[in-house]
Amino acid sequence: MSAEFPIVFEPVTFDNRRRPAEEFAKIAQMIRRDIIKSLVLAGSGHSGGPLGSTDIFAVLYFGGYMRYNPQNWWTPRDRFVLSAGHMCPVLYATLANTGAFPKEELRTLRKYNSRLQGHPGRDMGLPGIETSTGSLGQGISIAVGMAMADKLLDQNGYRVFTLTGDGELQEGSVWEAAMAAANYKLDNFCWIIDNNDCQIDGRVHEVMSIYPLEEKCRAFGFDVLTVNGHDYGELCAAFDHFIANSEKGSGKPTAIIAKTLMGKGVSFMEDRYEWHGKPPTWEQARIALRELGEDVPEPVAA
Amino acid sequence: MSQNLLQHDSPPPIVTMSKPSQLRGMKPTRQGFGEGLVVLGERYDNVVVLGGDITGSVMTSLFKERFPDRFFSIGVAEQNATTIAAGLALSGKIPFFASYGAFCALRNADQLRISVCYNEVNVKIGGGHAGISVGPDGATHQVLEEIAYLRTLPHMTLLVPCDYLETKKATIAMGEMVGPAYIRFGRAAVPFFTADDTPFEIGKAQVFREGSDVALIACGAMVWEALLAAEQLAKRGIQAKVINVSTIKPFDVQTVVDAARQCGAIVTAEEHQVHAGLGGAVAEVVAKNFPVPIEFVGVKDSFGGSGEPEELMEKFGLTWKEIYAAALVAMERRDRGLIGYRAVKDVPHYHPELLEADGQPAR
Repeated sequence: MSAEFPIVFEPVTFDNRRRPAEEFAKIAQMIRRDIIKSLVLAGSGHSGGPLGSTDIFAVLYFGGYMRYNPQNWWTPRDRFVLSAGHMCPVLYATLANTGAFPKEELRTLRKYNSRLQGHPGRDMGLPGIETSTGSLGQGISIAVGMAMADKLLDQNGYRVFTLTGDGELQEGSVWEAAMAAANYKLDNFCWIIDNNDCQIDGRVHEVMSIYPLEEKCRAFGFDVLTVNGHDYGELCAAFDHFIANSEKGSGKPTAIIAKTLMGKGVSFMEDRYEWHGKPPTWEQARIALRELGEDVPEPVAA
Repeated sequence: MSQNLLQHDSPPPIVTMSKPSQLRGMKPTRQGFGEGLVVLGERYDNVVVLGGDITGSVMTSLFKERFPDRFFSIGVAEQNATTIAAGLALSGKIPFFASYGAFCALRNADQLRISVCYNEVNVKIGGGHAGISVGPDGATHQVLEEIAYLRTLPHMTLLVPCDYLETKKATIAMGEMVGPAYIRFGRAAVPFFTADDTPFEIGKAQVFREGSDVALIACGAMVWEALLAAEQLAKRGIQAKVINVSTIKPFDVQTVVDAARQCGAIVTAEEHQVHAGLGGAVAEVVAKNFPVPIEFVGVKDSFGGSGEPEELMEKFGLTWKEIYAAALVAMERRDRGLIGYRAVKDVPHYHPELLEADGQPAR
């Protein structure tokens, strides 16, 4: 009896527009299913962070906050840098759901010659991958550089978003980047912190505390908003706040601390740091997909 | 460096293939970098410079005064500056970041590897205070290891020009090429001897003096020392070829292999550890293509220390005299064959008796 079952990526995409908060749930569920499917096919990779941050991605890419053209990515656009590069399964699934590349390509995650590298590789030229990341703490500085290029030189009015993990904040250079963002008054810069308090070795506050986080970010010169990272209304309000800051020229960068649960949406993964860096087995994937609303057949006895 | 380093026992006239001419004076290579940046700023609107708090010392201050709107201070944060530069490059800018090599090649090593080289972005790094000639600042600031690291990075271009003018030319050339690049320069005033028409091309080593008895292959300030050594060797009837390897990566394999074939004995000279730098690069291509004896002049697996540049160059064995002695050893190894190898010291030291044989008093 094989535990494997056919994986089908539904060929649907979603458009990017202002929408009522409740509409994001359906998009997030699709992204979560695509994450589980690509990970079970890959046989390795990170499950917890991607599932935990999916709601943030759903709002950012499908709520009209990031401006992009999925048919021709490399045109004038807002920038998103996934500083926590290991969380790329959620970025790949999100981009595929915008129509930036065929959803079937999610099958190739972590495979030989794939554009979906284990950590994002700019050399592969996948639409939506602005830079290689994976060595923690670097993406946020790259994003600061991008925000400087527009705010201080080009002034085309584009927005720059970056997402870091919370364990990532133990990398000192993150705070160098934060200092620079405030120093140059980068109100076009939005730093999202996926705060699930989980990292590979355990709870962030036990491995090496980064707290108090809100006070730290504020002391570094950010306009700080703490939200429930699974509440679409709160996420929308936070991004609206950032865009207002950016448009009125507040002179302050924005930090959104999103309180999330690692592995959100899959009962046996939720809030368990053990799921930081492993994929589901086929049997676990079956259960996960069912919990996420997909009808997966029972294994057939041989 | 004071005049006295230069005025060796008798400053010889350099006979060359009309390339580097006479000594034109003493000038620090960092000045060539600073002036080159200003030229680039004039030519290209998208050249920007990031400062790491030592702008006067690495002479990015010249650009800052001239183009204040395109200069951004990042503070004492080399990791951040390197990655911000990557972000600027990904937004169509040509960012230069300069600091001391210890901090902008090694402190930020991971940022260079991932955000600059793996990303293959158009980031340019100026690494000052290279080598032992930094002087009184001491070991922490005398970077002697970065050539070894930088030349292993895929996509990286690594330039080590030999004097002020070549540094200026190289700075302009690195701004005009596309891709990650690093230029190494020093603090002290060193011999300035190339001319406006001395050829410089990224990826091309230049033969500064012809000869077929031994090849002296050098980079940076050691090129002048190699020319001095060649003059001394000529007094013994030995004609040395002197090659200036101003680009360590991509490496000019052809010129070095041709020299190995023609001379059969090689000395490398660099203001860097003898391991894995220019000498390592030469050894790799010679071992593969045309194995001949090689002697390595450089810092021998030690850190530097405080002192005046010329005192340190003497102490750490970075003068023409070590190159001279090494050339004799390399030729001896070539001529005596395998049996002779064991009889020869592994690392050349200054041999006063050899000089005395020439009637040159030992210092």
